[in-house]
Amino acid sequence: MTDVANTGAPAAPKTSKSLLTQDARTIKRNRAETRFKMYGIAAISIGMLMLVILLTTIIGRGTGAFQQTFITLSVPLTEAKIDKTGTRDIEQIKKVSTFGYAPLLSAAFAQKVTELGIETDLKPKDMANLLSKDAPATLRDYVLENLDQIGQTVEFEFLAQSRVDGYLKDRVDRGSIANDKNISAEQLDLVDGLLVAGTLEKRFNISFITGADASDARPEAAGMGVSMIGSLSMMLVVLVLALPIGVAASIYLEEFAPKNWITDVIEVNISNLAAVPSIVFGILGLAVFINYMHLPNSAPLVGGLVLTLMTLPTIIISTRASLKAVPPSIRDAALGVGASKMQSVFHHVLPLAAPGILTGTIIGLAQALGETAPLLLIGMVGFIASNPPETIAEGLLSPNSAMPAQIYEWAKRSDPAFYERAWGGIIILLVFLISMNAIAVMLRRRFERRW
Amino acid sequence: MSLMKLTTSALAIAALSATTAAARDQVQVAGSSTVLPYASIVAEAFGENFDFPTPVVESGGSSAGLKRFCEGVGENTIDIANSSRQIREKEIAACADNGVTDIIEVRVGYDGIVFASDIDGNSFAFTPEDWYKALAAEHFIDGKLVANGFTTWDQVNADFPAQPIQAFIPGTKHGTREVFEEKVILAGCEDGGFLQAMLDAGVDEDTAEGKCMAIRTDGKSVDIDGDYTETLARIDSNKDGIGVFGLAFYENNTNKLQVATMSGVVPSTESISTGEYPVSRPLFFYIKKAHIGVIPGLKEFAEFFVADEIAGPDGPLAEYGLVSDPELADTQAAIADEKTIGAGS
Repeated sequence: MTDVANTGAPAAPKTSKSLLTQDARTIKRNRAETRFKMYGIAAISIGMLMLVILLTTIIGRGTGAFQQTFITLSVPLTEAKIDKTGTRDIEQIKKVSTFGYAPLLSAAFAQKVTELGIETDLKPKDMANLLSKDAPATLRDYVLENLDQIGQTVEFEFLAQSRVDGYLKDRVDRGSIANDKNISAEQLDLVDGLLVAGTLEKRFNISFITGADASDARPEAAGMGVSMIGSLSMMLVVLVLALPIGVAASIYLEEFAPKNWITDVIEVNISNLAAVPSIVFGILGLAVFINYMHLPNSAPLVGGLVLTLMTLPTIIISTRASLKAVPPSIRDAALGVGASKMQSVFHHVLPLAAPGILTGTIIGLAQALGETAPLLLIGMVGFIASNPPETIAEGLLSPNSAMPAQIYEWAKRSDPAFYERAWGGIIILLVFLISMNAIAVMLRRRFERRW
Repeated sequence: MSLMKLTTSALAIAALSATTAAARDQVQVAGSSTVLPYASIVAEAFGENFDFPTPVVESGGSSAGLKRFCEGVGENTIDIANSSRQIREKEIAACADNGVTDIIEVRVGYDGIVFASDIDGNSFAFTPEDWYKALAAEHFIDGKLVANGFTTWDQVNADFPAQPIQAFIPGTKHGTREVFEEKVILAGCEDGGFLQAMLDAGVDEDTAEGKCMAIRTDGKSVDIDGDYTETLARIDSNKDGIGVFGLAFYENNTNKLQVATMSGVVPSTESISTGEYPVSRPLFFYIKKAHIGVIPGLKEFAEFFVADEIAGPDGPLAEYGLVSDPELADTQAAIADEKTIGAGS
């Protein structure tokens, strides 16, 4: 009964300070909190700064790739050079290789320069060197498709070679070309003349987005288009395989499977699989799909299968999470009104979990889209200048590259013009990734339900 | 759902046709990253001028390419291996173990190896001996092997500036490394009389050569396992660095790099073809004879590669930096006859 004695005289507070004056300990705690807030703000600022640096670098270096220098030229398609027999026999005309078309270009270029009245000491061959090495091929392809044009004079827009393009983009200047054997000061004088005359101009180049890769000798002609198709074909394979398999596996594990040690082991393994480095899947793909199953090398089908293996754990984990998020009351209510277990899952739980499943799938696809390492081992990284495939089956089976692989390939080539294209390629890849993520966010916003 | 079914069945059909027919209609090439640009130029021109599809060219290094080449015969193995060095006996044996017996060797031309540094840095005029002195792991001094103590170039050669030694050389998986060791380091070891000194001291020849070619590992010399782009990036960030490049790579980056002379000769396609510039090596590719006639366009591609209009002195390869082979006609004949290694050559 000591309490009674105490109630009479309430215990005096140990300190006499009011709540409004802070004691040393409170001040210390408040300071710690302020410090922590500062750390947080610093961390976010560093992150944002890095993002800004990254984006400005990418955009600053990459936008140049979307523009290219073109030279307009009227080329007389001389019959004596192209069709020696004069029979318009396509087999005969095909025998004239691209090297046979080069003199036509030199002659046309020399004529153009004379017409424009530009003074130069260059030989016609050196003038034509301003054109891309792609130009004879463009010319030959045109002739093979338009045999009736032989003997006529046709106007073409040819790409200019990479040094000329670099000169217009300030990558190449007169000081830096002293030791460069690909371009001379006289040639740059001619470029200046053509620029004034309007024959040579820099403008948007759609073929960077739609075209195929080009060899080291003609960086100006290289494009992302075919590798984009390669990436999309792989994504198709991943979507068609990973989504059904992943969703079926998670529905079974989450809704039907008995909880015992076997399912526990499976669960742990799926989580571990998600952390396996992607190169491991590449080796697996090489061993199983190419060496054992004899699927073709460098084919997007194999790439897609490998990426499916890589994406499956991501999809399974996200699907299970969204199934778990559906409250049990929904299942109980469905079962209560007499639905079978399967009906309750497919009619009620799955539709409610669908937005989460789709989001997880899209994130998984975006991750697979940016993957290069496994493709190294199955022959999808290299010079693969295939033409755009015509059918889905061809798109899956004929050799192709992928967007990140194409960027890697460009970044290591010697001509600095390829370096610019690598950055340009990164912009295209980023546009893909950002739009995929935007779709995922949109789906989640639009359909997500909270309980 | 019908679209899904459609794509699934299309996939299934595609997979089925791939497994049953598996008819590959394009040539597959892999190997040396030095040969890659040339091979891709040829592949592109081949695709343009012939009705065959454009061959696929992968890189990865000479040894890696030859290893894949030797994996066996069949459509899921590559047809051509590019190499910046000659195939080794050991590799031929490994090939034979896997059933790859008839190999056609094709020499496409020569490639110069140049030493280049940052354009704004000091200029150098090297001799192989300088490189040996700068990069050898151990020097033979007074009958004993002593760890290389040089840290700046003026210690190597009094004519050089006092710039720290920092070399970026190709890693061991590159064929270029072997050429560098033999034509520069070993040559320097011999020229300076170091090899002879070791032999005189009673060291047997193999060990002595091995000691000559051992490169220091104390960070003054860095192995670059990637491509020349990586070497260039290293020099960009370390202005004291001197890198080993292919001639073609240097010629494409003359605005960033200055080239050093070797024994007083400036590297160029001319000085390499006359043999004046000492550090050059032949480039090869190897064809699986068993694939000729099976893979459409294989022989045509090989013939096109060494045709005068491609690999000749005025062709696109020479324009890119290849030193054309004066004996190209013999090579052309060898491909036409499908002459294999070891068959009377």
